[in-house]
Amino acid sequence: MAGAGTTPDDPYIGRGFVRADGPAKVTGAALYVDDVRPRGCLYGATVRSPVARGRLKGLRRDPDFDWTDVVIATAADVPGENVIALMTDDQPVLAHDELRHVTEPVALVAAPTRDRALAAARHVEVLYEALEPLFDPLKAADNPIRIFGDDNIFSRLEMVHGDGLDGMAQAEAAGARLVRGSYAVGLQEQLYIEPQGMIAQPREDGGLTIFGSMQCPYYIVKALKRVLGHDRLNVVQAVTGGGFGGKEEYPSMVAAHAAVLALKTGRPIKLIYRRDEDLQATTKRHPAFMTYTTAVDPASGRILAADVDLLFDGGAYNTLSPVVLSRAILHALGPYAVPHARLNARMVATHTPPNGAFRGFGAPQVMFAAERHLDRVARAMGFDPVALRRTNLYRDGDVTPSGQRLFDVASLEVLDRALAAAEAPLPPSMVATRPGGGQAAGRRKAGRGLAIAWHGCGFTGNGEAALAGEADVSIDGHHVLIHTASTDIGQGTDSIFPAIVADVLGVDVQRVHNAPHDTADVPDSGPTVASRTAMVVGRVVEQAAHSLLDALRAEAQWPGAEDADFDTLLERRPSDAPLRVRARYEDAGAEWDPETYRGDAYPTYGWSCVVVDVEVDTDTGEVLYRRLVQATDVGKALNPVLAAGQLEGGALQGLGYATSEAVVLDDRGAMRNNRLTNYIIPTALDAPPMETILVEYPFAGGPFGAKGIGEIPHDVPAPAVAAAIEDATGAVLDRLPMTPEAVLDALEARETPAETPGAAR
Amino acid sequence: MMTSAAPVHTPADLADALALRAAHPAAWLLAGGTDIMVYLEAHAIDPPAFIDLWGLPELRGVDSRGDHIRVGACADYTTLIDDPAVRAHLPPLVEAARTVGARQIQNRGTIGGNIANASPAGDTMPVLLALDAVLELQSAARGLRAVPLADFYTGYKRTVMAPDELIAAVRIPKPAKADRLHFRKVGTRLAQSISKVVLGGRLRLDGDTVTEARLGWGSVAATPVRSPKAEAALVGQALSPSTIEAAVAALDGDITPIDDVRSTAGYRVRVAGRILRSWLESLRG
Ligand SMILES: Cc1cc2nc3c(=O)[nH]c(=O)nc-3n(C[C@H](O)[C@H](O)[C@H](O)COP(=O)(O)OP(=O)(O)OC[C@H]3O[C@@H](n4cnc5c(N)ncnc54)[C@H](O)[C@@H]3O)c2cc1C
Repeated sequence: MAGAGTTPDDPYIGRGFVRADGPAKVTGAALYVDDVRPRGCLYGATVRSPVARGRLKGLRRDPDFDWTDVVIATAADVPGENVIALMTDDQPVLAHDELRHVTEPVALVAAPTRDRALAAARHVEVLYEALEPLFDPLKAADNPIRIFGDDNIFSRLEMVHGDGLDGMAQAEAAGARLVRGSYAVGLQEQLYIEPQGMIAQPREDGGLTIFGSMQCPYYIVKALKRVLGHDRLNVVQAVTGGGFGGKEEYPSMVAAHAAVLALKTGRPIKLIYRRDEDLQATTKRHPAFMTYTTAVDPASGRILAADVDLLFDGGAYNTLSPVVLSRAILHALGPYAVPHARLNARMVATHTPPNGAFRGFGAPQVMFAAERHLDRVARAMGFDPVALRRTNLYRDGDVTPSGQRLFDVASLEVLDRALAAAEAPLPPSMVATRPGGGQAAGRRKAGRGLAIAWHGCGFTGNGEAALAGEADVSIDGHHVLIHTASTDIGQGTDSIFPAIVADVLGVDVQRVHNAPHDTADVPDSGPTVASRTAMVVGRVVEQAAHSLLDALRAEAQWPGAEDADFDTLLERRPSDAPLRVRARYEDAGAEWDPETYRGDAYPTYGWSCVVVDVEVDTDTGEVLYRRLVQATDVGKALNPVLAAGQLEGGALQGLGYATSEAVVLDDRGAMRNNRLTNYIIPTALDAPPMETILVEYPFAGGPFGAKGIGEIPHDVPAPAVAAAIEDATGAVLDRLPMTPEAVLDALEARETPAETPGAAR
Repeated sequence: MMTSAAPVHTPADLADALALRAAHPAAWLLAGGTDIMVYLEAHAIDPPAFIDLWGLPELRGVDSRGDHIRVGACADYTTLIDDPAVRAHLPPLVEAARTVGARQIQNRGTIGGNIANASPAGDTMPVLLALDAVLELQSAARGLRAVPLADFYTGYKRTVMAPDELIAAVRIPKPAKADRLHFRKVGTRLAQSISKVVLGGRLRLDGDTVTEARLGWGSVAATPVRSPKAEAALVGQALSPSTIEAAVAALDGDITPIDDVRSTAGYRVRVAGRILRSWLESLRG
């Protein structure tokens, strides 16, 4: 390994350099928020609503409990506005009048130990008058039970492309066949391994430092300014054990609670969620009900027109739901060119815990529907599913429903590369080797399914231009520091940014580090979301590194400086004054109209094809994964090992979404299976061997051509699995999750009488 | 967080343990702790004290003795998986042990803890029922008594074990050559999986004819159970398709599964029948 002052022989970008956070995490040296205990720290706990809907009447402290060392805070203790600032100001920090969902925070307690705090929270009774809740999203719009606005609709979008429904009528008149189908998906939990946690520490100037597990430090700054009524605060990211969107907006709530207790007690407050609490109280992926009608030319298989209706359940508060709905409608037709379409989308309110950001952000829901619908068309009209996709896939020059013309479309290449890789012989059957038996011959059926995704990278429309994210690069002796608000949540930001800068400067990556993600120091480079960090912020970081070279050259008074390398410039600096430069996102001139949803919806798109081989146990409905092949366009693999890791982890999360991750709610809307033992994510044994092909269609706007890849792997494993189950057994499943119970129902519905119990020959 | 301020008694030997057990009837016996720690974390129990059995050599060994194998109550799953006698004579017990949790739990969880914990979903009991296992219950006052596992459970999480007793060992008769053995676990996933349905089976065949049938089940009733009606439908019959269907049909009268957070009663009934049918059909060759 090269030491300080040396330059690397090869560039880092494009190679599997070691991740910067690896050693500390592997050795246990990394400090997560729960590993830190400030002097004088008290522990916080949250008192939550026991009902879905009610009028808050007060709190009752158990008179038999010892309250001497316990402090309780309620909405009255919120110093500024009692609101979590996000899209709309509908969600309070602490409920003060109406209770809108079970587990809604009502009060906070602080005590000297965690056990005392948890015990105290259990001994505070929430007094309420129960009101009739509204749970069914299909009945939410215009329901007399009001949750949001005057119609319970958080947001509504409509898009008309080409001639809209007229195009459908014309196609039908010209002999096209109409195919209609309905699809539904349920909740999914992000299941970061580290639960939510935050420390709020009073500062000498009367302000606060917030330290904790998060994706987006500046979200917390923005939210807490309003909660505190002032801006004397800084937010510092702790080492974070996963996020997947679950630590996009929710940490603002945890931080606000820790802050309220810290202000009331004057002491540092540590607030760490229990796993069961985290599962019941925090956001999940939105359930969705989706109806597709398409007009298809019976000869060619071309989709001529589409009519799509999307209904998403936002839960009790708006959170980021309108943005989720936006991504959903823009991805709803899948990666297929459709000349005429009408798309309708609604996000409704129910008295269930709010749903929010989750890897894919609306896209996995609609792409399940889009891909299943294509399989329905193939089934109904006698097309081969792969050929049907090939016919309709976007190609260069095609136009999306928002009117965006596409270039450098990798759709056919990802399809061909995935199909070619799937030709390789399959690994041995899982059924034969799995623990627990079930290898009886004839009881399992093998099948293969395929699905294709497109995914808009970065923010929708003019989001990046409006945000204008910033990044700084500075010199610290022989070292270089990168200052951004883009956190490493396990996906590799602390490895990727230094590699980009090291290559621009031509120095050893050991000399380049991300500065701590502390808002007292780093500029607002935007949230760590939307597959934007490497692509969008990475580019700003790249520009900042070039600016650093420019600045060094500008201050150099000697001849030849303009061609000198970084180390020479550094050695011959006229002074050792601090040097820090800033770069800002530069818009490539995207045109987007947020009113009509016309224009360039995303700076670029990633493309992915997934081929899944399964074995369905026909006795039990269990789906066992034998292999997952994906070919995914990543623009440029900045680090191929990390890129493949993102794609494989995302695909496994997609397999969980497909067959095991069911959220079971009780009659109050509370998650019943709120434990790792019964919310079923795949284990290493459940994960199939994976073959991951990195396809590189560079994006000129990304660093070294990179595109965002964080979300696309989660988009279509589920429809590929559904297609594989259908291939294996003929059973058609159009709802997620496809649990063994659901698969067995579908299998039994298909069984011939001769195979049913009691009728054997 | 898993905490308990309760004292832990550490007996020096089995006699000491039995004396402590008699002196502290409200104390909880602690073997591997893999069930107890979950209860503590969930605040489901608040024991006044623990008696730690883990270190007692008398409870740990596996002995092959003539017609049976004696497994100490504190034998952990890894021990069962690796033990040559268990591997040779009781392959379905090895299979069951391999499906418990994952490696960490297999290194720490014990067969006695699994039995005493009395969960209807415990994975070893269906096999032990099929094998006619007998428990050695021991107390300071009354010494040793043998209780067939089939008579051990009296209701949901209730057993015939007295407050001053503990499980010392499990005696498992060695199956006969003609015995066909089976283990099948239908869980929520392939590791760290609580069972939805478990089947342990033993069928003695004389040519084509079933002379003895034992079917042990998990997660289909309030306790681990045998299915006497289905067993009766098999005994004395040739293993024909109609016998198999009769057994599957009879099973409905033996099991009483419920809906819970992991699955539904309907799924359990259907799957129990289907995995029984598949096993029996596979024996027809
Ligand atoms: C992550 C995880 C996964 C798991 N997976 C499975 C699984 O797949 N299948 C499964 O069946 N179980 C599973 N379990 C449950 C548990 O591991 C088993 O039941 C295990 O066998 C319990 O043994 P133990 O020694 O740890 O019991 P302990 O927790 O020490 O004790 C359990 C109970 O038995 C009593 N007890 C213990 N020893 C004796 C004795 N000798 N005499 C009388 N009473 C006694 C204790 O007082 C207590 O009531 C899992 C648990 C965890 C935490």
